Amino acid sequence: MSAVFTPIGEQVKQDLQDTGPPLQDRSFRWVLFGALSVGIITLAALLIFVFLEGYPRLTPTLWQNMPSIRFPEKAGAQSAIMGSIWVIVTTAVICLPVGIMAAIYLEEYADPTKRFNKLIEINIQNLAAVPSIVYGILGLGVIARALALGQTVITAALTLSLLVLPVVIISSREAIRAVPQSIRAGSLALGATQWQTISRQVMPAAVPGIATGAILALSRAIGEAAPLLLLGAVTFITFNPDGLMSSYTVMPIQIYNWISQSREEFQVLAAALCIILLGILLVMNAFAIYLRNRFQRRW
Amino acid sequence: MRIARSIKVASVLCVGAMTLAACGGSNNESTESPAADGGGTSGAVRVDGSSTVAPLTSAAAELFAETNPDINVTVGTSGTGGGFEKFCRGETDMNDASRQIEDDEAANCEEGGVEFQEMVVANDALTVVVNPGNDFVQCLTVEQLKQIWEPKSEVNNWNQVDPSFPDEPIKLFGPGTDSGTFDYFTDAINGEEGASRTDYTPSEDDNVIVTGVSGSTGGMGYFGYTYYEENQDKVKAVEIDNGDGCVAPSPETVQDGSYAPLGRPLFIYPSIQALGSNPAFASFLQYYVENDAQIAEAALFIPLNEEQVAELESEYADAKSAAGLS
Repeated sequence: MSAVFTPIGEQVKQDLQDTGPPLQDRSFRWVLFGALSVGIITLAALLIFVFLEGYPRLTPTLWQNMPSIRFPEKAGAQSAIMGSIWVIVTTAVICLPVGIMAAIYLEEYADPTKRFNKLIEINIQNLAAVPSIVYGILGLGVIARALALGQTVITAALTLSLLVLPVVIISSREAIRAVPQSIRAGSLALGATQWQTISRQVMPAAVPGIATGAILALSRAIGEAAPLLLLGAVTFITFNPDGLMSSYTVMPIQIYNWISQSREEFQVLAAALCIILLGILLVMNAFAIYLRNRFQRRW
Repeated sequence: MRIARSIKVASVLCVGAMTLAACGGSNNESTESPAADGGGTSGAVRVDGSSTVAPLTSAAAELFAETNPDINVTVGTSGTGGGFEKFCRGETDMNDASRQIEDDEAANCEEGGVEFQEMVVANDALTVVVNPGNDFVQCLTVEQLKQIWEPKSEVNNWNQVDPSFPDEPIKLFGPGTDSGTFDYFTDAINGEEGASRTDYTPSEDDNVIVTGVSGSTGGMGYFGYTYYEENQDKVKAVEIDNGDGCVAPSPETVQDGSYAPLGRPLFIYPSIQALGSNPAFASFLQYYVENDAQIAEAALFIPLNEEQVAELESEYADAKSAAGLS
């Protein structure tokens, strides 16, 4: 038997000398690289295309002026940019406290062995995967009509809050779970109450992770068009929102509206607004990465 | 230390949020609810409905805003049907429509307690287009169009439409089934609203149809006249023969009625209740009616002919008296 094995070792050595790593190894590496480049190339193509098309209209008039159907050369998107800011800030104010508190409850107070809590957990995981248009239907039926809030900023913010709440809860739980049990045990052993332990030890340590998750969740909300279209965000509006009960439009909807206009100038405007939206998303994501790197601690 | 850091993080976030909120709040004095002030100089007007008519109403809103800066007009594009759904619940003041209201929609409005007045505000020519490289199709009869577009049509090649046409596969593009344009075309050509072959490439965005037709030699599609006007270098309009010879789509042929059966009126449906209770809406509608020709021109729509203008004025008078306005 041993006579059979020795030559194989020799053979491998020989192969490595002749051809480098075995074929399987090399090809697998290329497959992985190919998978990576699909995403990168698509993103690069998108960015380059949008930038080339929209660059000529990337001027201050884009955020200084209101939309105009008669003068595409003077049209801007101020009402959409302000609308997006109003909706996103309101969404943050509503969904972050609720989401973070829910996460604290699930991590620190709920008994994970109880069936009821397991059920809640599965539901939250599922909700994170529900298509956004479904939240639009819910928002239209319950928030806009049953609660009679109409087609307003608050309706949009409540709907988007529901949409990103599961993401906020899940990422906040991850951050809270990453705080070692020994910290909690130490705090409790020194006589702190559970409230003191959470508010003075666990939460401060978890804030960077929670903030990162929250920003990523809000980045998702700012790019949503589908649920808001269903809620009746208007497509032509020449004033900024002036309160929670105001009419509004948001950037993705303004882009959608411009793209379907007959005049070619509007396509350029749409691309220019895409650049601004991409810029805002990039800044939000960069801020999330900064927070993570700056404040994250390893235990 | 840890707390100090997290406070730092939190305060950075808060300051960011507050800055945004402050920016948003900078434009703070304008809308009150329409019912709150009867002065007629400020308030809100909500319009929704057809995306075909939306550019016209948007242009009206834009022109109106020049003299009435305190009235906020918003225009949505839920589609003719989607708009009527909101309109009949009393959620909007007026609905844009690229076709007439249907019986079940009218019943919904009655149920919702919303009365309305139909008004024709502009004309459109549904334009059938082919690829500019297509030199054999100049004119099609309504019968030929029906042959191509009817349900379960077997026509896949131009030489099946007319033996004198070359062997060239037909590629069809058209609006999606939710569109009022689709409803009108199928009604006018196939004789039944909504009856169409289904193996074509549908899109709610007319620019996609332009791109599709301009990209394939055997391509064919249809959409509103403004999209043809803006894309004359990319697509070629087909003349339509309704039995009285070939007629090309143009403002003149639509206005004199000779571009049949694809010349169509575009509608607005103001709510009588809103007209009576919302002074802002009353003054917007008055502006719309009185300056209709100018608005149509600004939005690149085909204006009404004289007969239609007279009709619009009498319809407006009816609406006002129904709403109890003098």
